[in-house]
Amino acid sequence: MKVVVCVKQTPSTTATLSVKGGVVSWEDPGGKPNVVNPWDEYAIEEAIRFKENRGAAEAVALCLGDPSSDEALKTCLAMGCGEAILVSDPALLGSDTLGTARTLAAAINKIGDVQVALFGKQAIDGDTGHTPVQVARVLGWTPLTYVAAIQSVDGGSITVDRMTDDGKETVTAKLPVVISFVKEINEPRYPSFMGIRKASKAVIPTWTAGDIGVSAPAAKADWSNVYPIPPREGEIEMIAGDTPEEQARNLVNKLFEEKVI
Amino acid sequence: MSGVWVYVENREGAISAISREALGAARQVADSLGQPLTALVFGQGVGPACAAAFDLGADAVIGADDATLAGGRVEAHGPLLAKLAQERQPAVILIGASTRGRDLAAWTGADLDTGVVAEAIEVKVDGGVVKATRPVYAGKLLCEAFVTGTPQIVTLRSRAFAQAAATGKTGAPEMVGAAVAEDAIPTKIIGFEGKGGKVSLTDAGKIVSGGRGVGGPEGFEPLRELADVLGAALGASRATVDAGWIPYEHQVGQTGKTVAPDLYIAAGISGAIQHQAGMRSSKVIVAINKDPDAPIFKLARYGIVGDLFKVIPALTAEFKKRLN
Ligand SMILES: Cc1cc2nc3c(=O)[nH]c(=O)nc-3n(C[C@H](O)[C@H](O)[C@H](O)COP(=O)(O)OP(=O)(O)OC[C@H]3O[C@@H](n4cnc5c(N)ncnc54)[C@H](O)[C@@H]3O)c2cc1C
Repeated sequence: MKVVVCVKQTPSTTATLSVKGGVVSWEDPGGKPNVVNPWDEYAIEEAIRFKENRGAAEAVALCLGDPSSDEALKTCLAMGCGEAILVSDPALLGSDTLGTARTLAAAINKIGDVQVALFGKQAIDGDTGHTPVQVARVLGWTPLTYVAAIQSVDGGSITVDRMTDDGKETVTAKLPVVISFVKEINEPRYPSFMGIRKASKAVIPTWTAGDIGVSAPAAKADWSNVYPIPPREGEIEMIAGDTPEEQARNLVNKLFEEKVI
Repeated sequence: MSGVWVYVENREGAISAISREALGAARQVADSLGQPLTALVFGQGVGPACAAAFDLGADAVIGADDATLAGGRVEAHGPLLAKLAQERQPAVILIGASTRGRDLAAWTGADLDTGVVAEAIEVKVDGGVVKATRPVYAGKLLCEAFVTGTPQIVTLRSRAFAQAAATGKTGAPEMVGAAVAEDAIPTKIIGFEGKGGKVSLTDAGKIVSGGRGVGGPEGFEPLRELADVLGAALGASRATVDAGWIPYEHQVGQTGKTVAPDLYIAAGISGAIQHQAGMRSSKVIVAINKDPDAPIFKLARYGIVGDLFKVIPALTAEFKKRLN
């Protein structure tokens, strides 16, 4: 059995974004504008642990993205995934979450012999968290979202702890499953020096829509109108006072006046 | 293709806060479209929640009361919502973007082959289409998004919409059966630990949050005292969580919780862009920092340049005086 981890390349968390004529661009003060979606690092770590500790034959990293996304896949290889596959095709650009899910599901089927597909809880650009459940629906597998711990995997079934808004839920399910992880699951490892060297030389196979048999999915959501957040700048009022007590009193007065309290 | 549906999460007869907000937003969408509002109330022992849905403004209620629907498994709720929507063809389905609501929206969107717009913080109707304003890129930009398929499924971010007000309306819910039998549900819930009444960060109306300036684990003590007096939840910046001063569940920001309280008091927090991403929708932000150039002052409504270990206790004392 192979385990697949789906990763998305996103702007870094420190990136500053701007929009011009509807086109979003970003730069990063640290000089690394694109990263593996931070939530996916937990899924990559868990995929490698499936190989190390749970007898998975291979940990395969899978990404749908433009050709530059092979950087994200190289990070997966450097961390310890044994294979990486990029699905990239101009026809698939602009997929909505369901289109993305159909593509990822088709690629998972093509990889074959997969019982467990791992995801981050959400991507920090599209920010929906919908992809894992939709991949599960397309594959006909069981979705297990917001997973904070894997208790056991045996005899074709899996037991996990899910962190929902209501509390911690322990669930068992039959394989195959799609899992999305929250931060509590593990501490992702850093890529090793050897890993980075190996990854830098790796040639990552690219599959097109035709290779996996998906036709261009028409997006059924439109998010083309992206714009900057109106600035809050200039709205600040500094609270005066000779002592902290006086400042506190002045601030509390304001908060009562504004009916915040 | 007509009618606005709203999915109503309920527990022990009570409708959850996020669904009260969804009912409020859905009522406005229904009125703008000139269409009736139907509340979907699935669970076990849903009688009181069905009555509450009428009271909170629903014109009709579809209830389903079954042991398989207790606990909110998406494998039970998803097929039922999808089946009802296939049969009755609503124009719009609105769902609160809780962990459960997100899964349900994704499931239903896939099964109905339609689009889902996630995490709206505002909705308006424009030519029969629900246009949602939603934060994207972790709250660094905004976007106006809409669904081009049918039905239009939109999830609503927690605390972005006012809760529906009680109307006094009553009615009889239409009860339907579950869509799948227990045998056909692949997941079994074998344990549950609730949050024990603690205010969660995402639901909190007020948050007192600390950053590196608190200096260590014990530095959160004065913040905790202020939070207690205010009935606020305790937040933290990533730096303090990474340093092990406070557990991760308190982290606000891009890789923590996204919050939108009425009042956010940031003490000793510089306001890095990742932190801002998680709290910039707060209504009133108060920044307390030694460094007058800290970026947090750019977001704040009120600022105090000073030592948080002096200012926070003074605030606690002042609030104590004023609040009793
Ligand atoms: C500004 C903006 C707004 C958008 N709004 C919407 C919207 O409202 N509705 C909508 O349907 N689509 C929307 N999209 C499109 C959506 O982002 C893509 O379809 C995306 O690939 C999947 O959704 P997500 O980014 O929300 O990822 P999520 O669903 O949040 O991601 C969860 C997990 O799925 C996996 N994953 C996600 N994308 C990929 C990928 N390309 N390759 C491999 N693994 C992946 C990762 O493990 C990730 O952690 C938006 C995109 C942008 C840029």
